[in-house]
Amino acid sequence: MRLIVAIIRPEKLNDVLGALFKADVKGLTIGKVQGHGGETELVATYRGNRVKMALAEKVRLEIGVSDPFVDVTVDAILTSARTGEVGDGKVFVLPVEKVYRIRTGEEGRSAVTPVPRAD
Amino acid sequence: MNDTTVAIQAAASAVNPADTAWMLVACAMVLLMTPALAFFYGGLVRSKNTLNTMMMSFASMGVAGVLWVLAGYSLAFSPGSGWLGGSGFLLLRGVGIEPNGTIPHILYMAYQGTFAIITAALISGAVVERIRFAPYIAFISLWTLLVYAPVAHWVWGANGWLADLGALDFAGGTVVHVNAGMAALVAALVVRPRKDYGRQALVPHNVPFVLLGAGLLWFGWFGFNAGSALGANGKAAIAFVNTMLAPSAALTTWMLLDFVRSGRPTAVGAATGIVVGLVAVTPAAGFVSPLSALAIGAIGVIPSYFVIRWRSRTRLDDSLDVVAAHGLGGLTGALLTGVFAEKAWGGVDGLLAGNPRQVGIQAIACLVTLAYSGAASFLLLKAIGVLIPLRSREGMEAVGMDLTMHEEEAYASGEGAILVDEPGMFETALDGVAGVPQSAGGAV
Repeated sequence: MRLIVAIIRPEKLNDVLGALFKADVKGLTIGKVQGHGGETELVATYRGNRVKMALAEKVRLEIGVSDPFVDVTVDAILTSARTGEVGDGKVFVLPVEKVYRIRTGEEGRSAVTPVPRAD
Repeated sequence: MNDTTVAIQAAASAVNPADTAWMLVACAMVLLMTPALAFFYGGLVRSKNTLNTMMMSFASMGVAGVLWVLAGYSLAFSPGSGWLGGSGFLLLRGVGIEPNGTIPHILYMAYQGTFAIITAALISGAVVERIRFAPYIAFISLWTLLVYAPVAHWVWGANGWLADLGALDFAGGTVVHVNAGMAALVAALVVRPRKDYGRQALVPHNVPFVLLGAGLLWFGWFGFNAGSALGANGKAAIAFVNTMLAPSAALTTWMLLDFVRSGRPTAVGAATGIVVGLVAVTPAAGFVSPLSALAIGAIGVIPSYFVIRWRSRTRLDDSLDVVAAHGLGGLTGALLTGVFAEKAWGGVDGLLAGNPRQVGIQAIACLVTLAYSGAASFLLLKAIGVLIPLRSREGMEAVGMDLTMHEEEAYASGEGAILVDEPGMFETALDGVAGVPQSAGGAV
């Protein structure tokens, strides 16, 4: 069981989601975050005051997966989120002690395995 | 008393105060339509392109306004040939407070200027989110002089040839909407689709802005249509009422179509329906009965409704549907004007009053405008494209046009923003102010 945390460019989110769904990774949480990853800062000007945007908009994905899905998920993110420029982001793979599915109380691997949809 | 004073007083005597008062207000109302359009368009794009999209409309109030005064008004409205106005009013030479009709000539000039401004701004909806700002400004500048002014002359000029032919265009269905719609079609094709078009869902970032814009457009349009009577009179009242009724019918029809097709009338659809209804009634406003205006609104939106649904599945990235809303809405309205016009309501008799020939005349005016606007817009864009690239680079498109074209964000949080230039002044000013880090200005 692993928690994969990825920080990516917002404009790459759709590509990443597409790649993840294609790889059958279907449970995830995302959030808009701000951060700095060594990229050149964008500059804004307001009434003559030039402002360096030290924090860039990023999107953070959190994906809990069972062990066989770890590599698949990481590969999908690496290939779909890459532009080759500084600031493409990071992927962290973290150990997970326990996972529960709230609806059923299931634990562990079955908690992160999507239930086939009825339709 | 010298001769000039006598001349001015004689001139002033033919100016009607009531007409002048109404036209002063109408002029301001039409100018307000351009910021309204900025909100309409601005709400429809993604948040990273909001300012750029709105600036494309606002900028027109600058450049088209200036060019109108310098040369555009003369090319459109000074006596010339049937094809183009002359140089008589260049730099507003001879345009003063003498009467033009019953209002001061200079007010007539300004009123027509507000039309030129919004017509140029309308085109921007076809190329938002990827055209670079400088070539866009170059395009609408040249377009105002070389496309808008001639077409305005043909239809509204003293001896314009479409006017002589008998084409009815009360407030600019052909001059403004067919003209801008065709330029938008060409611009969308020449500038090519956005990088993400057809690959991602590109959804409006602020639908309340769209509704705000549609509401303000409707308000301003009373000045556009009822003002085109050029006086405070019965004709203005007819145009005013028709400007109220056609969008009502259009909005109702659009909601019904949405309801029948999906069971869910949409807000963006409602806003679009209002605009298409306004466009459709523009050429007809002072020529048809109120019930005909209802019909024009209701019928007028139907082609636009289905073309908008179809267009988004094609490779034509007319991003905000200028072609369907203004071009097609303008065409439909111009033709319906030929159908519904009545002598009793201030027009000439149209198809329903037994004069089918009028529909043909309307069609000719539209076709000529389409051909000229299409060809001239194409040449202008290609010529500008040779000098400067029309499009932003792909990476810049991804970051968004607000930061890349204007170095501003519509919704900046301010977090992580560090002041960079001229630290000296700020350091001294902020020295010792609680909560301001001493390095705020100079660290970077």
